[in-house]
Amino acid sequence: MSEHSHEPVPYRTFVLIWAALLVLTGITVAVSRVHLGALNVWVALGIASIKSGLVIFFFMHLRQESRLFRIGLLVLLSILAIFIGMTFLDVLYR
Amino acid sequence: MSHEHRDDTGARFGMWVFLYTEVILFSGLFILYAVSLSKYPVQFAEASHKLNIYFGTVNTLVLLTSSLTIALAVSALQLGRKKQTLILCEITIALALLFLVNKYFEWKAEIGHGIYPGSEHLAEMGAGITVFFNLYYFTAGLHGLHVLIGATLITVVSVLVNKDRVTSDRYVLLENSALYWHLVDLIWIFLFPLYYLIL
Repeated sequence: MSEHSHEPVPYRTFVLIWAALLVLTGITVAVSRVHLGALNVWVALGIASIKSGLVIFFFMHLRQESRLFRIGLLVLLSILAIFIGMTFLDVLYR
Repeated sequence: MSHEHRDDTGARFGMWVFLYTEVILFSGLFILYAVSLSKYPVQFAEASHKLNIYFGTVNTLVLLTSSLTIALAVSALQLGRKKQTLILCEITIALALLFLVNKYFEWKAEIGHGIYPGSEHLAEMGAGITVFFNLYYFTAGLHGLHVLIGATLITVVSVLVNKDRVTSDRYVLLENSALYWHLVDLIWIFLFPLYYLIL
């Protein structure tokens, strides 16, 4: 009685994702040593988001999960956006 | 075989919901960081320079690799390779401990320089730098606690794998512990550039 168990992800896939994560870490460190002003933070956050996407979709098997899990993630991200947006509306326009 | 009530998808979803709340917990700290950064951009860059980028980078590599090994452990158990699963779990635990040992030496050096919450040396450097280091110690400390909890969970699960209580047929406990471990990695993915790499 195995209910909704996933197909095992091949080792190769995980190793490739890991290699991509290492490359992206290298890029973050390299880019951070170049002065881009305020852009530095945004580049760092952008790369961190790509890395998170790889971890969430591959390592955490989100790709194999049902739609419910993705909706949950979307709800979480919306809550965060509201949380951050409202905070900065207050802080920046005080 | 007796009828058994079991809902693996439900168990995984429950874990995901818990992880969403963990993200909310840490996001509060990251918002505090963002607000303070917009208030003290120069001081934050200066404070970030005092952190040891080598410790930060090595720990990033350690955590990314441990995420790989625990993800592989789940695949290995699904394929019924018990011995491989155990080895991969052990490597993950070893990497978690390595992370904490690095953290110990990093913090020891910083505290040795008089940089710790409430220190006089920190107070002399002004509000911006004090805020940076207070947030750094709190966020990294909370993250370190998660590393400890994750390593404990994986230890318990590998004992259960060894006793054949977690098997290729019922491995949701390993999957959920792996999910927790990946969250620890995710938080570090943001923590690392924001604290160590600000110019």
